[in-house]
Amino acid sequence: MSAKVELCGVTKRFGAFEAVSEVSLEIAAGEFLTLLGPSGCGKTTLLRLIAGFEQPTSGTIWLGGVEVTHLPPYRRPVNQVFQSYALFPHLSVWENVAFGLRMQRVPAAEVTDRVRQALELVSLAGFDARRPQELSGGQKQRVALARALVCRPQVLLLDEPLSALDAKLRQAMQLELKRLQRQVGITFVYVTHDQEEALTMSDRIAIVNRGRIEQFGSPHEIYHRPATAFAADFIGQANLLDTRLIAADGSGARVRLAGGLELVLRAAAWPAGVETALVSIRPEKVHVSKSKSRAQSTFAEGETNMFEARIEEEVFKGATDHLILATVAGTRLSAVVANESALGEIFHAGDRVFCGLHADDLVVLRVN
Amino acid sequence: MSRLIFPFLAMPASPSTRLRLSSGLRVSRFLLGSWTALVLAFLYLPVLVLVAYSFNASRLNVLWEGFTFGWYRSVWENAPLLQAARNSLVIAGVTTVLSVVLGTAGGWLLHRYRFRMAGGIETLTAIPMVMPEILMGISLLVLFATAGVPLGFTTVVIGHVTFSFPFVLVAVRARLRGLDPALEEAALDLGATPLQAFWLVIVPCLRPAIVAGALMAFTLSWDELIVTFFTASAASATLPIRVFGMAKVGLNPMLNALSAIFVVVTVAFVAFSAYLKRLAR
Ligand SMILES: Nc1ncnc2c1ncn2[C@@H]1O[C@H](COP(=O)(O)OP(=O)(O)OP(=O)(O)O)[C@@H](O)[C@H]1O
Ligand SMILES: [Mg+2]
Repeated sequence: MSAKVELCGVTKRFGAFEAVSEVSLEIAAGEFLTLLGPSGCGKTTLLRLIAGFEQPTSGTIWLGGVEVTHLPPYRRPVNQVFQSYALFPHLSVWENVAFGLRMQRVPAAEVTDRVRQALELVSLAGFDARRPQELSGGQKQRVALARALVCRPQVLLLDEPLSALDAKLRQAMQLELKRLQRQVGITFVYVTHDQEEALTMSDRIAIVNRGRIEQFGSPHEIYHRPATAFAADFIGQANLLDTRLIAADGSGARVRLAGGLELVLRAAAWPAGVETALVSIRPEKVHVSKSKSRAQSTFAEGETNMFEARIEEEVFKGATDHLILATVAGTRLSAVVANESALGEIFHAGDRVFCGLHADDLVVLRVN
Repeated sequence: MSRLIFPFLAMPASPSTRLRLSSGLRVSRFLLGSWTALVLAFLYLPVLVLVAYSFNASRLNVLWEGFTFGWYRSVWENAPLLQAARNSLVIAGVTTVLSVVLGTAGGWLLHRYRFRMAGGIETLTAIPMVMPEILMGISLLVLFATAGVPLGFTTVVIGHVTFSFPFVLVAVRARLRGLDPALEEAALDLGATPLQAFWLVIVPCLRPAIVAGALMAFTLSWDELIVTFFTASAASATLPIRVFGMAKVGLNPMLNALSAIFVVVTVAFVAFSAYLKRLAR
């Protein structure tokens, strides 16, 4: 039913411009994969290469172990949900959904059954006779989805299908899509530039930047272990600090962050033979408290870095407090504190605080 | 008509603004109104007179001598005239079909595929729309003569298609520019071959443009005189050719009757296309 998708060294050039550079990617069968990246990074181009609307300049594309690099789109077991939905304006909802089955010459009785099922799947039973112009944005999106799913593709491609919807509907549709994907078990390749959407829905995320895959991994890995400065910065927020190695022994590496703060991280985390590197620290991983014991309470003594700082700026955001910390050593860090209880600590600019940071939450980034 | 020429005349004026109008403005309004009436009269009075005189019992277009359907009967009994009308219908029909096919396919190819000289080819197809008909007629005649093609229906149709199909092509191109390029891809994605995608998705989306182009092609062919003059044989002479011949010999109330029929048919045609346009919206 669902199939593995493999891209092997795929490059796509438009004239002199390289939109996709040497991309190799293996998408497991039944997986929800998201291509995430900024505008113009080549996400749509990658999708169009898989769908067959573009031919790679070099490299090969495989679907379920079969090479499809030079197959036209109508011979690939792949269907797409277009960003503009591209519903056929002259056909009713029912005829739109039946279109793919008619092209496959499915018998009429089966067409009736499958179209009905597909419309039920997307909760659009009873909309058969409507024209696309008579539907709301969310309904159009679901017709587009039904039209693609009814063909039982091995891979479903979705190009920012939710970008035209308002925030509320978008969240509802995110969960809906995820549920649907589990239900039908088809490989989904999903394009978005919305990091939250990617984290919410994906089994794995490929971060795309300038036609290359920067990092490929689970949302968890991508968030907690960003591989590059781009990945760290693109997903969530990060303190990115130039860091120099001072001393290393068997258990730990002592480093000095830009500004002067000295911390310890695991020796294995520091790349061998390197003097300086970029380190990422997520703001919410800095534990801040006015009491020293509370700042380190959650972690074992030996693994936690402790340092003192002064709060330079404090922004109250309801669920969280955003702090800019000036450490005594001289490094500036941003930190986010959850407001867990109305009786919890209240921070103000100028307060002196203790900070705890686990050694594993210092992530050394790859340089490319 | 007046709306097109003087859009501001159609603006509603509320009573209060009317009161406040200065006399100068009122005069200019009166002048503009008169001018509009004059233009309309200039355009349509001859047609109305002509229709009226087609019922005149006199042989001359001067005096009213009583009501008659006689001229219509003599049109109906004039075999060469009827033959010419049939020729015109057949030629306009075939021209329309060929123009629609050529214009639609050509418009799609120019829109969809990038190839060398696409811009040049597009300009070349547009030129017959503005080329003087006399030039086109003569050049076609020379072409057919040197190629040894005998003049007849085929040569007339070729001539008519040459200047008609660009109108279809232009209408189709305009519509294609407003069409979501993903529509064709969606069809291909769902398993349609490029030909099926064109036929099942693109053509239906182009229907308003195709219908408008077809009506245009039919009207152009139906009343074309000059190109036909150079490319027709006696047997394939069209109605305009026949009428032109008759008018040269002398004005005849039968021509009035014939023209009145023309007017009615044309108005019906225009009304029909307006109706179709409204349906498309
Ligand atoms: N047909 C084309 N000809 C020339 N350049 C193209 C073509 N298609 C895409 N590009 C270029 O390739 C790059 C990647 O485009 P692509 O559409 O894949 O971006 P994207 O990641 O989908 O961006 P967005 O999030 O804005 O949709 C862009 O710089 C774009 O200008
Ligand atoms: Mg895109």
